[in-house]
Amino acid sequence: MSTGIYILAFAILLAGLYAIVAKKNVVKIIIGLLAMDYALNLLLVLVGYRTGGTPPILAEGQAPAKLAAAAVDPLPQAMVLTSIVIGLGLTALMVAMGIRLYERYGTFDTNRIRKLRG
Amino acid sequence: MTPFVPLLVILPLGAAFCIVAMAQVSRLRRLAAPLAVAVVLVNLAISALLLGAGDIRTFVGGWGPASTLGIELVCDGLSRLMAVTINLVSLVAFVFAVPYMRRFTKVWLFDAMLLMMIGAMNGVVLAGDLFNLFVFLEIAAIASYALVAFGCQADELEAAFKYMVLGTVGSALILLGVTIIYSLTGQLNMAIVHSLLGKAGLGGPAVMLAAAALLGGLALKAAMVPFHAWLPDAHPSAPAPISAMLSGVLIKASGVYVMARVVFNVFGVSDRLAVILMAMGAMSMLIGVLLAVGQWDFKRLLAYHSISQMGYVVLAIGAAVQVAARPSPDMALAGLCLFGGLYHLLNHAMFKSLLFLSSGSIEQQTGTRELKKMGGLARRMKVTSFCCRVGALSIAGVPPFNGFFSKLIIIIALVLAGHEVLAAMAVFVALVTLISFVKVQRYALEGAAADAHAADAVEAPVLMQTAMVVLAVICIVSGLAIVPLRQHVFGPAADALLAAGKLLSMGGAP
Repeated sequence: MSTGIYILAFAILLAGLYAIVAKKNVVKIIIGLLAMDYALNLLLVLVGYRTGGTPPILAEGQAPAKLAAAAVDPLPQAMVLTSIVIGLGLTALMVAMGIRLYERYGTFDTNRIRKLRG
Repeated sequence: MTPFVPLLVILPLGAAFCIVAMAQVSRLRRLAAPLAVAVVLVNLAISALLLGAGDIRTFVGGWGPASTLGIELVCDGLSRLMAVTINLVSLVAFVFAVPYMRRFTKVWLFDAMLLMMIGAMNGVVLAGDLFNLFVFLEIAAIASYALVAFGCQADELEAAFKYMVLGTVGSALILLGVTIIYSLTGQLNMAIVHSLLGKAGLGGPAVMLAAAALLGGLALKAAMVPFHAWLPDAHPSAPAPISAMLSGVLIKASGVYVMARVVFNVFGVSDRLAVILMAMGAMSMLIGVLLAVGQWDFKRLLAYHSISQMGYVVLAIGAAVQVAARPSPDMALAGLCLFGGLYHLLNHAMFKSLLFLSSGSIEQQTGTRELKKMGGLARRMKVTSFCCRVGALSIAGVPPFNGFFSKLIIIIALVLAGHEVLAAMAVFVALVTLISFVKVQRYALEGAAADAHAADAVEAPVLMQTAMVVLAVICIVSGLAIVPLRQHVFGPAADALLAAGKLLSMGGAP
């Protein structure tokens, strides 16, 4: 079960990478980058997951050691939140830059966005 | 000294926020540039003070040494060297930017983003755990994408988009590597991860995958050949002070520094990693310089030379890894390799920033970046030409400038380590670099003016001259002060890498 989700995360990662390498449209490249980002977020959450784990919230009167034995690892969840926020900022910047590119070149086709050479 | 360490990160990030807030009031908007320069000046003072202090561990956010998961800033020899380099180049670039950026609107936005980049780079070199390292890398990278596109012209946007796509792929690979390491060890603190991986040893397929993902991502950030495609577009397209920052410090702080840190202080030395580093370094060195020779765009030529010069640094670090991974390692020789590499890293930060700033000064005064359209500038722009010459002689490795000493040390260390072919290659690359910069001198500074703009060129504003002269003086002084520099700066920096795990014994719980 969990192996399947790991494979899924890697498949999404590779699909994103494929879009970045093979597609010639700025919007599709941005979508590829987002897919890669989300695959990594998924992987990161999976790393802290344990089958049948409880939420990592300390109930009143519960011993910390007992919670640690039963709960999922909260640290990757904190990391994923950070990563999502970074991804949000990056997406905003990428889309803004895509719009500006369209204004300057009148196209999203990377074959025609080619002023720089060498 | 402990309370000062987080200030290196907090001050620029806080000031960036303040500048954006201040800019909403038109009367306060003029204060943006002075505030930014003041903050960077304070940062430089702090990092210079730290240079005299010992290794410092700072726990941020109320976490103590008992917790292995808290956020930790580690200020060891290498971090101190990098912090001084970053803040020095930043200060000079900011001073240069005050007159240079007048042609743009919304300069406060530039100030804020550059401050953000500086704060994030300080964070990168101070971070003691892998995830913070990743976060600061991302902040620096996002700020730099926006700064490359600052002019919003067609070619700038194109270069910035290319840079952003490749940079994001690099960051994703780094995050993948960090994730795998966390799932293997359950820790993020570099020193603890190092000791845990040391038990398992570098050989398991998962560790290999983590190392490959991390090194691949970092090579993208450092623009090593074959990951270099974005750099010759992105660095010349940015405004000149940003080119100086990107080539001067960003590719070092977020590429080469982290690479050295990860190889020595996380994975530990091994032959396999040494081969990867040395191959990338040698290829970058050779291919970068061969691509540079044919360039006629001044800034593009400088950008290709950045790839080549970073190749020297990575080659030297790779040689150090290889020496340290031998069954009976000669630590003095490994230290010499690292000394050469880190010394060249500092020198490259100085002379490449100097060259990019002088190219910006020439571009502003003549309106062109084409070498063929310049000419005769030595008579009309005396200070800029003098500084450009100092930079060119330094990068070409002419004694007594700093580039000569660092290249000499790298070549000697390579011979001593038994890599005569690579040493010969380094000599050859130095020669081609010299030829390439003779071309720059010949076409830009000597001869007759090629067109009316070049003939009418006058000297740049005083602040721009000051910035260039400061760097030129440092280029000369750091070449002559090699012995005290080695003793007080590079010795501790090399030790920080070679004595991995030392920080753990400073009082942290494993």
